[in-house]
Amino acid sequence: MADPMRIRANMAGDKVEVRVLMSHEMETGQRKDASGAIVPAHFIQTVTVTHAGKTVLSAQWGTSISKNPFMHFRFKGGKPGDKVTISWVDNKGDRRTDEVVIGGG
Amino acid sequence: MPFYRLLAPVLAAMLPCVSLAQQDTQKEIERYRQLLQESNPAELYEARGEELWKTRRGPKSASLESCDLGLGPGVVKGAYVQLPRYFADTDRVQDAESRLVTCMVTLQGFTPEEAKRNPFSGTGVPMLTTDPFSGVGRRSVMTDIVAWVASESRGMKIAPRMSHPKEREAYQAGERLFFYRAGPHDFACVSCHSGEAKRIRLQTLPDLVHSAKDAQRAFGTWPGYRVSEGELRSMQWRLWECFRQQRFPELEFASDASIALTMFLAKRAEGGSFDAPSLKR
Amino acid sequence: MQLKIVLAFALGGLSVVGCAIRPSDSEVESATARMLQTSFKPRGQATVDRLNQDEVQAVCSLYKGEPPEAAREKIEKAQQTTIRYPNSGSLLGDWRQGERIAQSGVGKQFTDDPGRPAGGGCYNCHQLAPRELSFGTIGPSLYQFGKLRGSSEAIQKYAYGKIYNSEAFSACSNMPRFGHNGVLTEEQITHLVALLLDPDSPVNK
Repeated sequence: MADPMRIRANMAGDKVEVRVLMSHEMETGQRKDASGAIVPAHFIQTVTVTHAGKTVLSAQWGTSISKNPFMHFRFKGGKPGDKVTISWVDNKGDRRTDEVVIGGG
Repeated sequence: MPFYRLLAPVLAAMLPCVSLAQQDTQKEIERYRQLLQESNPAELYEARGEELWKTRRGPKSASLESCDLGLGPGVVKGAYVQLPRYFADTDRVQDAESRLVTCMVTLQGFTPEEAKRNPFSGTGVPMLTTDPFSGVGRRSVMTDIVAWVASESRGMKIAPRMSHPKEREAYQAGERLFFYRAGPHDFACVSCHSGEAKRIRLQTLPDLVHSAKDAQRAFGTWPGYRVSEGELRSMQWRLWECFRQQRFPELEFASDASIALTMFLAKRAEGGSFDAPSLKR
Repeated sequence: MQLKIVLAFALGGLSVVGCAIRPSDSEVESATARMLQTSFKPRGQATVDRLNQDEVQAVCSLYKGEPPEAAREKIEKAQQTTIRYPNSGSLLGDWRQGERIAQSGVGKQFTDDPGRPAGGGCYNCHQLAPRELSFGTIGPSLYQFGKLRGSSEAIQKYAYGKIYNSEAFSACSNMPRFGHNGVLTEEQITHLVALLLDPDSPVNK
């Protein structure tokens, strides 16, 4: 089970501002280890953010996203006290879901 | 992290202005640093470190919650910034990392070798030959814990103790080590860390001899998450890495020389703000 | 008279107290030596005998890099005698190879392959070819080195000597004694001389 994401969500005007730090190696599959063998690719492929049953952000990631990815975005329609849920799935099928309660402005 | 990808073309665009290069380069490096401050993966290490501090581990199946870092058993807040200091129970001057080794041994029952094993985290890929600690995805318990311990001193003033004779001895020995030239490159710490606004390639170097401000900024930002390596690096790591590049033999983790140098640097940085774990290039 | 005695005792007392709080020079000396012995281990090509200083390193450490005039002259004179010139007699090599050697920062580290030729790491400290923006400022800019000085035999000899043993010209210089310490070969140094002096070298464009 992967490390939990660190998520912060606050109001910024009429939008919800979300900052999320994910713990993931994001291995490209191009690097070689000390013995010369390729380190297998291991990276987040999809990210989904939902609020009140609706998807507010959906992302398809590849190997150009660096290790321990950080994402910062805003969406409309949320208010303090609401839950925001963030999920990721990687190329090995590992997944992680965390949620946060939206804070004030 | 797209920001640093902008750096190369920006710098290339400044090609004709060779005479202004020095100033512009410095500004761009600062701008890059500012952009990075948005997020810090060090948080991930701190969270794990706090968990590990409270976890029962080792033959004695004990946590580190009664570890004395200088302010009494279990007191972590403010502990990092008053280190290195003399400890009566070990009768030596110790920094944060060597003190954690002591606690892992005495409280948790690990052998010193076990406690000092794998002190630096790494993914096992010697990208820039700075990651010889192989093991893909390998985490380092020591790195996680020291990240958390350091974070509990964030925002406080750097104030190492300097009253005990052994503390003074450590400081002076550290100073001598700082100026100790050896090896096939004739390098000492001073070779790079003296003189105003010096840099190695594009990495600015703190003047640890003449500038208290530089020393404060340097000591106040380690541990730090190195974006280029994707790892959190501690003060012990920084010294280890310096000596590797100085063409010295390998510096032992939590050794007396590493503690003495840390004491020297901490004293130089006295009064500065501790802003670690920070984010670094 | 009484005052003098009182003062003598007071000062004596102070120095005794002082010794208790402040370690003596010899105590620090031996503590440092002990630390050097116990805090480093051999790894790869970096053996612990690298910690043994030669006379120059010891003197430069003692004076923290800034030796007094007499010591400075002594070092420079002695280091001058260590310079070995190539048998071929020619000090100007190939600037293209020189640029590669200047760019390469590998060599002598315990993570380096001892079988692989070392580089000079020149760009770590110096500006050279203008196209290379990633240069250090620990040493002076060498841009247009040859353009400003010409490429006479005397200048070739100076440039070669400086790279071979920088302390022959500047005692306790921060610059490694590349030739004397066996980091670079005589041939490699001639390529660096060409990088600096050849009119076709990008350094002089």
